[in-house]
Amino acid sequence: MRIRLEPRKAPSRLALYGAPIMAIALTMLAGMVLFTLMGFRGGAAVFEIFIEPLLEPQRWPDIAVKASPLVMIATGLAIGFRANVWNIGAEGQYIVGAVAGTGVALATYEIESAWILPLMLLASLLGGAVWAAIPAILRVRLKVSEILTSLMLTYVALQLLYYLVRGPWRDPEGYNFPQTRMFSEAQTVPNLLEGTQLHWGVPLTFLVVLITWFVMSRTLLGYQVKVVGLAPMAARLGGFSENRTVLMTMLVSGALAGLAGMIECSATFGQLTPQFPVNYGFTAIIVAFLGRLHPVGVLIGGLALATSYIGADIAQTASALPQAATGLIQAMMLFFLLGVDIFVINRIRIAPCVPRLAS
Amino acid sequence: MNFDIAISIVMTLVVAATPILLAGLGELIAEKSGVLNLGVEGMMLVGAVAGFIAASLTGFTPFGYAVAALAGICASLLFGVLALTLGSNQVATGLALTIFGTGLSSLAGAGFVGTTITRLPALFPPTLAGHPLLRLVFGYDVIVYLSIALTFAATWFLNHTRLGLILRSVGESDASAHAIGYPVTTIRYGAVAFGGALAGLAGAYYSLAVTPMWADRITAGRGWIALALVVFSSWRPWRLLLGAYIFGAVMTLELYSKAAGFALLPPEMLAMLPYLATVAALAVIAMRPSRGRLDAPRCLGKPFRAGA
Amino acid sequence: MAVILDRRTLLAGAGASAALPFLGAPAHAADPLKVGFIYVGPVGDFGYTHAHDVARKKTQDFYADKIKTNYVENVPEGPDAERVLRQLAQEGNALIFATSFGFMNATAKVAKALPKVYFEHATGYMRGPNLATYNARFYEGRAVIGTIAGMMSKTGVGGYVASFPIPEVVMGINCFTLAARKVNPKFQTKVLWLSTWYDPAKEADAAKALADQGADIITQHTDSPAPLQVCEQKGLYGFGQASDMSSIAPKAHLTAIVDNWAPYYIGRVKAVMDGTWKTGDTWWGLKQDTVQIAPYNAAMPDNVKKAADDVKNGIIAGTLHPVTGPVTDNKGTQRLKDGEKANDEMLEKMDWYVEGVQS
Repeated sequence: MRIRLEPRKAPSRLALYGAPIMAIALTMLAGMVLFTLMGFRGGAAVFEIFIEPLLEPQRWPDIAVKASPLVMIATGLAIGFRANVWNIGAEGQYIVGAVAGTGVALATYEIESAWILPLMLLASLLGGAVWAAIPAILRVRLKVSEILTSLMLTYVALQLLYYLVRGPWRDPEGYNFPQTRMFSEAQTVPNLLEGTQLHWGVPLTFLVVLITWFVMSRTLLGYQVKVVGLAPMAARLGGFSENRTVLMTMLVSGALAGLAGMIECSATFGQLTPQFPVNYGFTAIIVAFLGRLHPVGVLIGGLALATSYIGADIAQTASALPQAATGLIQAMMLFFLLGVDIFVINRIRIAPCVPRLAS
Repeated sequence: MNFDIAISIVMTLVVAATPILLAGLGELIAEKSGVLNLGVEGMMLVGAVAGFIAASLTGFTPFGYAVAALAGICASLLFGVLALTLGSNQVATGLALTIFGTGLSSLAGAGFVGTTITRLPALFPPTLAGHPLLRLVFGYDVIVYLSIALTFAATWFLNHTRLGLILRSVGESDASAHAIGYPVTTIRYGAVAFGGALAGLAGAYYSLAVTPMWADRITAGRGWIALALVVFSSWRPWRLLLGAYIFGAVMTLELYSKAAGFALLPPEMLAMLPYLATVAALAVIAMRPSRGRLDAPRCLGKPFRAGA
Repeated sequence: MAVILDRRTLLAGAGASAALPFLGAPAHAADPLKVGFIYVGPVGDFGYTHAHDVARKKTQDFYADKIKTNYVENVPEGPDAERVLRQLAQEGNALIFATSFGFMNATAKVAKALPKVYFEHATGYMRGPNLATYNARFYEGRAVIGTIAGMMSKTGVGGYVASFPIPEVVMGINCFTLAARKVNPKFQTKVLWLSTWYDPAKEADAAKALADQGADIITQHTDSPAPLQVCEQKGLYGFGQASDMSSIAPKAHLTAIVDNWAPYYIGRVKAVMDGTWKTGDTWWGLKQDTVQIAPYNAAMPDNVKKAADDVKNGIIAGTLHPVTGPVTDNKGTQRLKDGEKANDEMLEKMDWYVEGVQS
């Protein structure tokens, strides 16, 4: 007898939707064992990370606010991933988006106008798109891997941010602290619910998810993206340009990351600081995978990951679980998901052990 | 600038470059076999903490390096099982490995913060290692010489051995390598494990030599620089060594020039350089009309499934 | 099941106390007073955050079961801080310490929204009816180690590994240099700015660069003990930062400026218990034991120990101010006339360097 994996003819729907749930269940189990072994109340800690935030209505706005940038970035990335375009520099595009928006904010300092905020958001879309355009053009024109270039440009963006907030953009009244002026009311994405951090960026993210879902599943454009990703040869025969798809998906994912950056910067920070980037661009890659590269899945995946962030803070105070455990939990979630993914495209066959020729 | 300072600068830059070179060499071999492991930083941290704990508990620093390499291999195998056996996306798996390594190292090292261990001594006797001039060549610990020897070995391995040829063919075209009968997945496992061992060593060089202590995120992002330099070097070991030393030189000269009262460039511009240079190098390589046989492995980052 | 029951009771407790800020209902008399802390770094950083956590533990031990302290570590400065502060308040913490400058905007916002909870923000300048600020006069410690450096240095050159030119760091550099030049008028301080609070390898290389350019005694205002290790290796002297770091470099470590927040924390907890808590700005130093000088290294000759003690005791007695005129800056402008003492406002906005500083 031998166990082997056999490709399925079509991905299993059950496994497709079951895999993320199974991954989270396995993560909870592994987390419980690991934390208990480390001398913490494992069961309680896992409960606090995954369940407790969902039971407390006070935490819901927090989850939404935390999920919002992750979902917005991941929605864009997932479009590209579908087309086999691996933009892993969303963190850089997120930063440049915020930088572009802040540039507008600083230029309109002491001006009150309803046009400032839309202008900032537009600038962030452009900024993110421009930053993504560099790897996109390099890939289309020179066939340079966008994985490497987009990653490298993230670190360039980070240093650009540092340079600006420490140098030319430093708040002149800020005692030399490396940060910009606070944004004015006209430059701030408005709050939605008094007493919480909930802001208008959250419904905007939801809207982006809806539009993406519509475009991806109901239009020719979405079909083109999927065909280019799944069967590049067929796409070529069908007259879909791979280059155009690469360019378009990169620009869209960059623009969305940039927009997410500006919203986060304006709605929750109220200024640009060196602490602004917190790896949302990288975490969004996990979200995209958790969400099976589907807009609605991304929404759920983002909420799940955001829950684990909020829950980890609860576990710190309630179970004294160190913050580093959050990283472990998130990494395990992705490990398990990637691991169980194999059953989506394969099935297990238990076959008698007969010698066979190389397949 | 006097003579002593010049020697000091060179010695400082060699030490600064060594862990980046080590991690880069490991990643270079893995990438030549067609595997893109973005978990370098995570594997380095796992190596750094495991090495420090082992050296701290036994009081024997060489044991620390051995354990670090082993820990790096373990971390890389985690990547291997997912990305090679189960065919998961390499980018996502590598990133997850980095997040995992950061968290794990922080948890494991918590009890060792604020302690120190003894560094490895210089490899050569004090008459050479302490000589005002000769220390430039003889003043380092064994790991520095090991990193240079490994650069030799990697070049020789890739260009002059049968296994090296097979490894490269696996990276260039996994399907044809498989058709000829080479065990693609096994070879990639080997390459990934080698990458893990060297990343572990590189991490341990921080916690056991550069700053003999454990502190959270002690590598401070050097794994990403190693990744950049592999690409910058267009997958050639000697160019990687050169790249690592140039990087070390720029960083060291920045500090020395600032200490002497003048600045080369804003520090942020300097910190951007390795990454910008890498993007530029990629573009330049790609613009050349004929692509050399040692350029980007064609199967880099693509999962391989026998029979698929 | 035990876990779940445990969680239920905990949840009920959290719910009830969460209502506290809104209803103003006093906690049950038998309930311990809950005190929360948020940290910017990991408790294992062996530096700034570590020192705060040591004080938290001391406070907990001092009041034993009368209070319950808890903390959240590694909180990014920005929206996450705001969320965690709110969460701590909702979990029933009646007094919350926000221990990093970067938490200022978040703390001010949450304090305004939750007027019944007492907030304390370290090193900031925004205050409110329920938001006090506190800081420590670390510069007094710098004057002590400056005295030691001036006497112990043979080359007359001190190295200073520094992070960012914010007033806190600048006043430290100035006090160190002024004190050193008092005992050795030719003393020079070479400052090396790293633009980071934490990067062990870079801090070590910076110390090497300073040593190679003549500095034979090195101090730092960055977070890792790496510069001390370089001193140990090169046979030079150095000082610990935030904690006694002699375990890392037993030969090189002459003494350390130890952050001892415990007296302040213990006092503020008592004020809340007694109902006498008032807002304000507290800036304690050597006198109140908030700034401590770690035990001297045996390698220090008695006259150096005595000189250091004299400075320390003079500051404690109020007969000596570390920044007393005549003070000329390193551009030649006189900043303080003979006998004039720097007031707190001058220190808090310091952006110039005294004579003898090369930066």
